Amino acid sequence: MNWRLSRFNVVALVFGFSFLYLPILLLVIYSFNASRLVTVWAGFSTVWYRELWNNAGLLDAAWVTLRVGVISAAVATILGTMAALALSRYGRFRGRTLMTGMVFAPLVMPEVITGLSLLLLFVAIDLDRGFLTITLAHITFTMCFVTVVVQSRLLSFDRSLEEAAMDLGATPFVTFFRVTLPLIWPAVAAGWMLAFTLSLDDLVIASFTTGPGATTLPMKIYSQVRLGVTPEINAVCTILIAIVATGVIVATLINKRRDVRRIRDEQMAAGR
Amino acid sequence: MAEDVGTRNAAAGSGDPEVLSSRRTRMKFRGRAVIIPPYVWLLAFFLLPFLIVFKISLSEVVVAMPPYRPTFGDPSEWWGALRQLTIDNYLWIASDELYINSYVESLWIAGISTVITLLIAYPLAYGMARAPAGLRPTLLMLVILPFWTSFLIRVYAWIGILKPEGLLNQLLIAIGLIDEPLLIINTHWAIFIGITYSYLPFMTLPIYASLDRMDHSLIEAAADLGCPPLKAFWTITLPLSLPGVVAGCFLVFIPAVGEFVIPDLLGGSRTLMIGKTVWLEFFTNRDWPVASAVAVVLVAILVLPIVIFQRYQARAGG
Repeated sequence: MNWRLSRFNVVALVFGFSFLYLPILLLVIYSFNASRLVTVWAGFSTVWYRELWNNAGLLDAAWVTLRVGVISAAVATILGTMAALALSRYGRFRGRTLMTGMVFAPLVMPEVITGLSLLLLFVAIDLDRGFLTITLAHITFTMCFVTVVVQSRLLSFDRSLEEAAMDLGATPFVTFFRVTLPLIWPAVAAGWMLAFTLSLDDLVIASFTTGPGATTLPMKIYSQVRLGVTPEINAVCTILIAIVATGVIVATLINKRRDVRRIRDEQMAAGR
Repeated sequence: MAEDVGTRNAAAGSGDPEVLSSRRTRMKFRGRAVIIPPYVWLLAFFLLPFLIVFKISLSEVVVAMPPYRPTFGDPSEWWGALRQLTIDNYLWIASDELYINSYVESLWIAGISTVITLLIAYPLAYGMARAPAGLRPTLLMLVILPFWTSFLIRVYAWIGILKPEGLLNQLLIAIGLIDEPLLIINTHWAIFIGITYSYLPFMTLPIYASLDRMDHSLIEAAADLGCPPLKAFWTITLPLSLPGVVAGCFLVFIPAVGEFVIPDLLGGSRTLMIGKTVWLEFFTNRDWPVASAVAVVLVAILVLPIVIFQRYQARAGG
């Protein structure tokens, strides 16, 4: 479709995007408010950001969240990529239906149920709750998202490249690391980022599976939000938004450049 | 170019049997190495926990740690423990209006929110699909970007807007539309807004994808034959975008039913959605068996739409 934006289309776009972005924008603006009252504008100030530096509890929580996120996203990416390979490359193995179900169910499973069931497992096997259990829980629910992202890439690529490598005598491992992985790399990286942000974001599953001494940032934010809206929380949220937005935009730009190169490489490899 | 690929694949398919069989053995070997770790992980951390929830939903609550009975600790007492399992928790849920109301309320709140989301997402996706090709990737990224920012933060942002002394009421009073602040927060409306806002990308993206795939020459042909634009939309565009609409509705409805954060932060204490009921039962009442039974019933309710959705996706994909 081309250049046929009617007035209706423009209104729909403006309304849709305002709806998506205005609340976030207001939240960011009010984090720079000098007044403690969140709804009264009293001039520009960075006082709430400076206050954050002195809030040891919040910084601790941020550190826990970051570690859980990095570790769980790494493991989830490995397991999720394996699951994607299994589902898209190995046809009908025994138990495939069960695996497909187990990969896709967590995507739509309400978080309270995932959280509750994992907690009951940890209690049943008598595992001390804390950092480790949150990480295990996050690996479990984020790996399925990685699988979906990587699988869609695996389904869309030219398999003859893999077959050629195998026919020329490459072992499966060499084929994977020299041919498959470089080709699906952007999807694997996107999967890692998705897993990382989901972990960063999770309140419900972490609340169920945590124990004493392991409070994550969303749990901290949640407990303060319940007491009311405060400019400090706005400031924390603004920082998180800035980090994630920068990451996503940089990743998109890198991916775009990679995509152009990948298509060229694939065409050259196919001898065209 | 396409023919070229076709012939090469055909050659590989009918190729030297020896090469093929050795490739197959190697694939098989790699297959096990790749399948087993995620498989075992999901069995241990997804399926097994589920069975444990089911088992605890058949247990009795006791004041102990863990707070339920029986436990299957000693294998020699398994038979006795097995006989202690009861369906009392389910009878309790069925007899108490609180739980039934929670389920009903969750389903209809999720349903209405899905409709509102569709009404906002469709025009948005339609506008995106008609935008100049150069602009579309940027618009697409703008729809996806909020999805990456924290869910909790996005819900929190609405508290400041919807409060009685919040920004929306200030604005409406300032422009003279209302005299008294509207009470939006802690009502169903706040939940509808919260769900619509949080799940908008899930609805917009599949609809956009199906509109983007559409062959625009169909609309041109209809116009050339004298079909008015609105009729062309109704008879051509809408039916062709239906797979996207259906996918979007499932992606919003299913998770919205079990939503916890939105009803908790925006809905106040009077709205009970089932996700919140599980949470309260577990954290406030500390009744793990009943919380488990509520969760099992919720899964049973959601299994049907999930299975329909997967079938539908598989058919649309193949």
